[in-house]
Amino acid sequence: MIELDLRPGWVDPELAEEFPELSLTSALVEVRPRRSPPALKDQLRALADRYTGAKVVQMRQDQVPWAYRVFARQVGVDPDTDRTPVEAIALARLRHGGLRSENIVDDALTIAVAETGVPVVALDAARLEGEPGLRPSLPGERLGPLRPLSSRQIVIADAARPLAVVLGEVSEHAGVTAKTERMLLCALGVKGVPRISIEEALWLAGETLYTGAGA
Amino acid sequence: MPDVIDRPTLPLVAPEHAAAEALVAPDESAARRTLRDQVARLETELAQLFCSSWPRKELSFGVPGRGGPRMLSLAELEELRDELAGRVALARRALSDRTWVEEQNRRLIEEMLLDPASHKWRLVTSEDIGEPGCRHWHVRPRWSLLGMLMGWWRVVVSSGCPLAGPASG
Repeated sequence: MIELDLRPGWVDPELAEEFPELSLTSALVEVRPRRSPPALKDQLRALADRYTGAKVVQMRQDQVPWAYRVFARQVGVDPDTDRTPVEAIALARLRHGGLRSENIVDDALTIAVAETGVPVVALDAARLEGEPGLRPSLPGERLGPLRPLSSRQIVIADAARPLAVVLGEVSEHAGVTAKTERMLLCALGVKGVPRISIEEALWLAGETLYTGAGA
Repeated sequence: MPDVIDRPTLPLVAPEHAAAEALVAPDESAARRTLRDQVARLETELAQLFCSSWPRKELSFGVPGRGGPRMLSLAELEELRDELAGRVALARRALSDRTWVEEQNRRLIEEMLLDPASHKWRLVTSEDIGEPGCRHWHVRPRWSLLGMLMGWWRVVVSSGCPLAGPASG
């Protein structure tokens, strides 16, 4: 039985007023990235077998995926072009005929997102300055060294800089690398997503990481 | 009544008050909340229409993004709401038209089965009736040329999609 300390992140007041139920919950996991063990690959294979075309089509009407689609629309993202994480996994499954195993971190996140529908990202805890939270980007800010952020883009940030774009990519300055020893799992919550789904996503990712690392 | 008619019209708000009001930004939060709710409702309708239309492929459900994820302005939210409403209306109409055509095609299959000779060489596919798969109904003569000469027509129902062949390369 693993122990996870789920911590609520801060949300910028302007953003909180606009999206009252927007949240970021994080959990610290002390696991080093490595190759996925065979058991985890089997788990991924079993998960892929549960997907069918009809299920993927219906997915956008399910409560949690629907909530993220609506949020994506409200923040100016077309969810049919830039897929929400759970839909991106489902589509990748249909395209490739299975879920490809990458490494223990990506596989754990894939399982957590596919099972719960809640987007989860992993950050390198050692490279963060303070607690992560959600805020609009400031003028002239960049994600990592190169990627410029557009005006008032919604980002996951620490006290110093943006770490990831919400429903999007993670900065190379904050992402997990082979040298990472402790990672912070962050789950995004939006209106219509039950609290229990967010917690389940983090528990599932954490448990998969610990189990896989111990295998 | 010249004294009433000639009376100068007074402004409704005193000039100093009007200037002060112009400096106060209007509270947009209620309007933004309403627009977000409308966007959510329209997205739900669009999702329902998408699911209802499956497996039809020719219907379009795309509404372009706004360079997000970011906090949209009131004007952008309004624009998005209008575009979504337009897309929902368009998709609903297209689906309605499409289902009407499919209904006609189903009726045609029945007529073909009842009287094949009146529908020589007619072909209806499963796509024409809004169903997945590769099945088709084809009115063909029995025994080829002899059937054509004798007027022996029948409906041949295909057995489905061809089996997958070996991967090329």
